[in-house]
Amino acid sequence: MSRRTLIEYAQYHFEEHPFRSAVTFVHADGSELPHNYFTFFHEAADYAAALEGAGITAGDLVVLVMEQSVSVMAAFWGALLIGALPSIFPFINEKLDAEHYYSSIRQLIGFESVRAVITFAKFEPDLRATLAGLPVEIITTETLKAVGDPAVYFARPAPDPEATAFLQHSSGSTGLQKGVMLSHRAVINQIQEYEEAVDVMSDWNVIASWLPLYHDMGLIAAFILPFKVGVHLVIMSPFEWVRQPVMLLQAITRHHATHVWLPNFAYNFMATRIRDAALTGVNLAELRWVINCSEPVYAESHRVFLKKFAPYGLKESALRVCYAMAENTFAVTQTARKTLPRIDVIDRRRFAEDKIAAPAENDAPYMEIVSCGVPLPNTQVRVIGVEGTVLPDRHVGEIELLSDCMLTGYYQRADLNPFHDGWFMTGDMGYLADGELYVTGRKKDLIIVAGKNVYPQDIENLLNAVPGVHPGRVVAFGVPNAQLGTEDIAVLVEAETDTLLDDDEQRGDIVREVRARIAANTEVTARYVEVLPPRQLIKTSSGKIARSANRDRFLEGLEA
Amino acid sequence: MREAIREYIKVNMIHDKKYPLKDDEDLFKGGLVDSFSLTELAVFIEDKFSIHFADPELTVANMRTLDHIIRNLEAKQAK
Repeated sequence: MSRRTLIEYAQYHFEEHPFRSAVTFVHADGSELPHNYFTFFHEAADYAAALEGAGITAGDLVVLVMEQSVSVMAAFWGALLIGALPSIFPFINEKLDAEHYYSSIRQLIGFESVRAVITFAKFEPDLRATLAGLPVEIITTETLKAVGDPAVYFARPAPDPEATAFLQHSSGSTGLQKGVMLSHRAVINQIQEYEEAVDVMSDWNVIASWLPLYHDMGLIAAFILPFKVGVHLVIMSPFEWVRQPVMLLQAITRHHATHVWLPNFAYNFMATRIRDAALTGVNLAELRWVINCSEPVYAESHRVFLKKFAPYGLKESALRVCYAMAENTFAVTQTARKTLPRIDVIDRRRFAEDKIAAPAENDAPYMEIVSCGVPLPNTQVRVIGVEGTVLPDRHVGEIELLSDCMLTGYYQRADLNPFHDGWFMTGDMGYLADGELYVTGRKKDLIIVAGKNVYPQDIENLLNAVPGVHPGRVVAFGVPNAQLGTEDIAVLVEAETDTLLDDDEQRGDIVREVRARIAANTEVTARYVEVLPPRQLIKTSSGKIARSANRDRFLEGLEA
Repeated sequence: MREAIREYIKVNMIHDKKYPLKDDEDLFKGGLVDSFSLTELAVFIEDKFSIHFADPELTVANMRTLDHIIRNLEAKQAK
């Protein structure tokens, strides 16, 4: 029987093998909270009942402001069960400025006409104060009653496959996030192809993950996919993992995990930060797919990861690459089964000057580009030049895609049209060669730090009112850090007067304020903050700060 | 010990040798150290002073300022 909505897959797992492991939440101390489909969907039904009790119906938007937990997953399914549209928001942490965090939540919730927020009791007072005056119901996990019966919801007619199933928020350059609308059809089409591409169909596969669920890689690969396929998911908090990264490897060992998705920085982070002494008993021999996704892939990151963990059973053949985005539900390309990711060695000069990825010859300066693999069978990929024409192999241009798993649109943002003749414009630059896709950068100046997308404009806008900084004379950009396998953020600001620079304390106050504002208002921290004398930033002929020229000069300074 | 850690943060972590890093300055809210570089700092301290941190000790609360770090190290050494 063909199932066309997520609800029908949930019903299948609940009815056919209710006592199979669905999701296990693990903590750093080794304690675990296991759920099978029976217990999981009962908890989901409790959320469904609470939402209906609060007057929420099909089509209403429900936002989840909850830390990583089985509860947030159950709340997500609870909303799905009644046809409401769930969306998981990042939750506050101790670095973020609470006022800024809550005001951006209020802005988005008001803008999108969110009908309900589900949260934990500890966040409730702040959320209630934040959302005062908006017609939003607030539901807390702690007040849920165990009254939900999954059978009641499964007995209802399945939703229209074309109906939006949920929203995945992705960052936009204007600060306000964009809600990517995904239909049941798109999500099912994506997973049908992807589960085969990564060979995760058999029920003995196990997925392990620390990825946050508000990000597409965590949401699709490490939450929706295992629930659609019916494989066991072993999940943990990103905050616990970052403090104790070995806990992921211990969970993989204990649960015989076969699949894990990681952003590139995590390879370097785990290779350099996990002590050998902590690896006693770790066995990675059953891990068949370690998939590098969501930020630029460095060949060197795979090498250091393999060198560190091969003695613990990690196989080189497990290391693969995926190129994905929320707008295609998730994967666009994936390293093919039974192959290693290709590494293309191209001529650095021809790439920079001619936008051509020519294989490097002899002693020419070269660069390594790791292949992101082949497009999924349902996804076509093309590369477009500046004139809008389709480019041949090895010519660098903007990547566009066409598939049956694309977004319907951005929620309540009819002003945004990301399509070009029906193709989705990714904003990523790259080239095709022998059927494989190589991603080389971004059309716009997006910075990707440890898998998080940051627009330089958002950082620059924070810094215009820093005392001592000339308003408008600030620039932010990314600086590759091969040792960390990700980008660092550099910020250059011009002082209002030369004399501010003569005094270490006064210059220090500017640096301090710049760093603190970035830390409080974004998910990242700046590595480099430099205060320049007045009129030192390079400007374009039209008088705007030239981001790439300032970046190039900064990079030359670093190399010198 | 305090000066060696101060130097490490200035030179290796934020690349700003002249930065007037204060003893009670919040390293996290101040945007000097994040949860990823926290372990980098811990590894430096361990190697330099032959002290071992158990992973659960590596919390923002324990490492919030230079003063906090030194207080914790002194307590560990006294044991």
